Order: sequence, then C-alpha cells, then structure tokens
Amino acid sequence: MSSLAESPGTLVVERVFPHPPQKLWRALTESPLLAQWLLRNDFEPVAGRRFQFRRDPMPNWNGVIDCEVSVVEPLKELSYSWVAMGLETVVRWTLTPAEGGTHLRMEQSGFGPDREANYKGAKYGWQSFFNGLEHTLANLE
Amino acid sequence: MAVSNPNSVFRALADPTRRAIFQQLSRHGEQTVHGLTRRAGVSQPAVSKHLTILKRAKLVRHRRDGRETHYRAEPEALAPMIDWLNLYGAFWRERFDRLETLLQRMDR
Repeated sequence: MSSLAESPGTLVVERVFPHPPQKLWRALTESPLLAQWLLRNDFEPVAGRRFQFRRDPMPNWNGVIDCEVSVVEPLKELSYSWVAMGLETVVRWTLTPAEGGTHLRMEQSGFGPDREANYKGAKYGWQSFFNGLEHTLANLE
Repeated sequence: MAVSNPNSVFRALADPTRRAIFQQLSRHGEQTVHGLTRRAGVSQPAVSKHLTILKRAKLVRHRRDGRETHYRAEPEALAPMIDWLNLYGAFWRERFDRLETLLQRMDR
C-alpha cells in the first residue's frame, strides 16, 4: 500500500510486515542489512551522524544522496535528511506494532524547510505552494 | 514528456516570491505586471525579473495587448516535478518489496 499524500509535496509509502519491530529496526539501522534492500551506505543510527547513500550514477546525477540523521528513537522512529540533485527532503520512518506484525510508514517530505530561512521574508514555503497546486496538478493527470 | 531532470523547474520555483507569483497566476488567471506588483509586496522591476526567470523555465507565458503585457501560468511545465515525485514513489515501493524479501531471509 502506498500513496502520494493529499499534498503532492509529501510521499508516503506504508506496509504491514509480518515481523516484529525489533527485526524491522535492524533492517533499517544496520548498515550491511540496509545495503541489501535500500542502497549502499555508511549509515549509523546516531543523531547528528552525516552519511551517504549511493545509487548508480545517472545522466544528470552522480547518484550520491547526502544525509544527516536527525531522530533515532529505537523501535519507533528514524529520520534523516535526504539531499539528492540539490533537493533537500526529509525521510521519516515510523514503526507501529500492528496485528500480526509491524506497520512501517515511510514519509518523504519537505523540499528543504530549513532552506526557506535563507530567503528574506520567506513566508511562502513549498508546503503551501504544493497545497495550493493540488487541484491544478490533479487536473493534469 | 521525457524529462528526468527537474532542476530547472525547481530552481525557478526555489524563490518564495516566484512561487507566490506563479500561484497567483495559477489561481486567478492572466494578469499584468501592475496587478502582480500590487499583490507581491515587492517593486515592479523585481516582479519583472521574477517573471523573466519563470518564463525561462516555461512556467509562465505572456502576450502583448497594446501597451500592456499579460502573463499567465503554464501548469503543464510542472510535469518534471510530478515525474520526480512519481519516480520516487516507484523507487520506494520497489525498496519495500526488497525489504520484505530481506526480512524473510533474516528468519532463516
């Protein structure tokens, strides 16, 4: 199950896995395991840790994703920034015990809310931009 | 539309004033620089400069009518942005499948 949330600026993918949270947490936080399903990395589950994911290079992109860990709450939540192609987003994983397993939710959002602070008088964030364009975008599809 | 690099559109819209101008045009249709300046809270030369950048990214089109130039939004130009999001959607779904496979392997 996955969806583009109401706001096209936020991407949500979620699924219930028939496994305990402890096991999912390992897959999310142990670098060698993470490499097996997500991407090559030098991740460590420590807030403030800077690390990289690496994809195969593409024509317009060297495949490097720069990240910094922001939240590590064992078995519950893991967040890191995700900067690729000059675009800053935040990837947030949340684990919730569910019947017969664990509900895993991945939310990728932002487009750099921090960066907004660099613009004088910036009150017009990406989020409101996307919210406003929701209908416009819907009409295109 | 074979677009994989959304950078130009994102760059054009990286500025909050440009986003506001673009959205103003999307919501309320065609307008002149004067009309936009009244709402933008910045000078007319500034608005003109922003419009030029938006035009370059093909997010805005203009037409002349006598002494006035009218601007309108071209939401179709947002396609690379939508592609980008869809691309990421496909990426994560595929990764979730791989995670599922890995979790099964971890049982053994």
